[in-house]
Amino acid sequence: MADTLLEVRNLKKYFPIRAGVLKRTVGHVKAVNDVSFDLKPGETLGIVGESGCGKSTTGRMIMRVLDPTEGSIVFDGEDITKLSGSKLRAIRRKFQMVFQDPYASLNPRMSIEDIIGEPLIVNNLANRKQATERVAQLLETVGLRADDRARYPHEFSGGQRQRIGIARALAVNPKLIVADEAVSALDVSIQSQILNLMVNLRKEFNLSYIFISHNLAVVRHISDRVGVMYLGNLVELAPKGEFYSNPLHPYSVSLLSAALEPTRKQKRQRIILKGDVPSPANPPKGCPFHTRCPRVMDECRIHRPVMKDVGNGHLVACHLHA
Amino acid sequence: MAEPLLAIRDLRTYFISKNTEVRAVDGIDIDVQKGQILCVVGESGSGKSMTSLSIMRLVPKPRGKIVSGEIVLDGQDLLKLTEQQMTGVRGNDISMIFQEPMTALNPVLSIGDQITEVILRHRKITKKEALHRAVEMLKFVGVPRAEQIVREYPHQLSGGLRQRVMIAMAMVCEPKLLLADEPTTALDVTIQAQVLELMRKMRDEFGTSIILITHDLGVVAEMADHVVVMYAGQVVESVNADELFEQPLHPYTKALLQSIPSIDADHEVLYSIPGTVPDAASFPAGCRFAERCPLAQPSCFEKAQALREVRPGHLVRCDLVEEGGV
Repeated sequence: MADTLLEVRNLKKYFPIRAGVLKRTVGHVKAVNDVSFDLKPGETLGIVGESGCGKSTTGRMIMRVLDPTEGSIVFDGEDITKLSGSKLRAIRRKFQMVFQDPYASLNPRMSIEDIIGEPLIVNNLANRKQATERVAQLLETVGLRADDRARYPHEFSGGQRQRIGIARALAVNPKLIVADEAVSALDVSIQSQILNLMVNLRKEFNLSYIFISHNLAVVRHISDRVGVMYLGNLVELAPKGEFYSNPLHPYSVSLLSAALEPTRKQKRQRIILKGDVPSPANPPKGCPFHTRCPRVMDECRIHRPVMKDVGNGHLVACHLHA
Repeated sequence: MAEPLLAIRDLRTYFISKNTEVRAVDGIDIDVQKGQILCVVGESGSGKSMTSLSIMRLVPKPRGKIVSGEIVLDGQDLLKLTEQQMTGVRGNDISMIFQEPMTALNPVLSIGDQITEVILRHRKITKKEALHRAVEMLKFVGVPRAEQIVREYPHQLSGGLRQRVMIAMAMVCEPKLLLADEPTTALDVTIQAQVLELMRKMRDEFGTSIILITHDLGVVAEMADHVVVMYAGQVVESVNADELFEQPLHPYTKALLQSIPSIDADHEVLYSIPGTVPDAASFPAGCRFAERCPLAQPSCFEKAQALREVRPGHLVRCDLVEEGGV
């Protein structure tokens, strides 16, 4: 087995802005601007950031639901950036996705058996009869009952639906699951059930996860490494222990300080950032964070910092640590 | 203690249809003191949002109905007011801000029109004065370019700015009570921090009491003076915030606190509460948390639990908790 399951290099996604009668391109929304990272088999990478930072777009490009503007994605030794048609379909079952909204991501007119069995049939991995058996087995794997397969999504609660979404992703024995805010819509007591399930499944099936979330505590719980995105850029990437004990990018520091913990005990010094995230259609020159950075220097307004390894596998894109 | 600003007594809000009676709020008592930030915390279906809509007398009709209880604001029972009298209370004595500022704001009215509408309804001043007041308030809540923004429309603003506009609109008549239903849930963490700081400033500046409804115990820890924990339409624990986090007593509160991953520590396995919330159309006869409770005894399933004061100022709805609190 290769050392790296997934190799993402200089990934970019620009969405054109069209205006006028002729719908000419007048600019680009730079949703993802130069993202690179590796993922090992069995590893979980958490990607955190605020709305609009490009974390979902990155996940969707890796899933090949969106075509990257530039860059490459190498999955299991094969460059999948340009694959299409049957070749793409063949490899796609090795990576699956779990979505945020368990109400919107399951077809209400399909029975649970059809929902979970569809990827098996589509990929010619099973005939009807085999699919039925596999669905029963998958339902039990995710903590539901085999009898549930004849029921429909509306009969299930949010947490149960998320289990169904996970079972569907697992059906084709993927190596990688991209989970985009998979527990964000769930109540706290249900969220912990799903997190524990995902941790157990990872062990059982040697899965890799890319776990996209805005919740830093949830990401800490499930990830081996953490990447922070801001305005389309990956600004910090570090092993979990490193990241939470020694965050280096000023944005990561302020994100961690703004996270609210359920305790009244000694609190971190809170850094409240001023203003909003700039528009990705018109990102600032230099460092993307310089307009809000509490430690901004002259250089930050001119040159965009690049990712640099500062030791212990800790990468950061910031002139303070250059 | 002084007379509370708001006293809710045995409030019951049900949704009644032909065959079912959904007891969304099922006999709650809450006191809010002047200048206090009271957090109501609970999961979906706990009845926390219906409690705030009941206070505003905005329970969805025709099925939703406040079937009994009292909501006394400054000596006046809101449930006895006529609809017209209630209109004079909303926006003036009590204001509300919502989770989704985009759906709560009117997309076809400019920001200025929406704020002056509130002022003109409750104050006898001219339109020009009202607009001046609106601009002042927007500046106070930290909206940049307030003079221009009054002419802009909600879709032109970011989520954080929209929430500031909502707060400005809610506070412009200096209400005694502000109801905030998940005001920061839709916002990013860095913006959430800004909005919470602003709400605290409102309390400090105007002495406004705030009922903050949230599912997020992190927000509770940050903001609350007093906390009310709701489960299945009932209050299960009520205590000042320091004691809640130091010594939670109800098994549900404890389990909830243990279910949250921490940003400062690693857990091998996260505690999780088995099962789901009971159906509000057919609550069990005994304790409503019993079937998910790790400590449940046979008696819990039979006998409905009453809210008792087990320590001074610490109320718990669980017979297993002894006097003094264990």
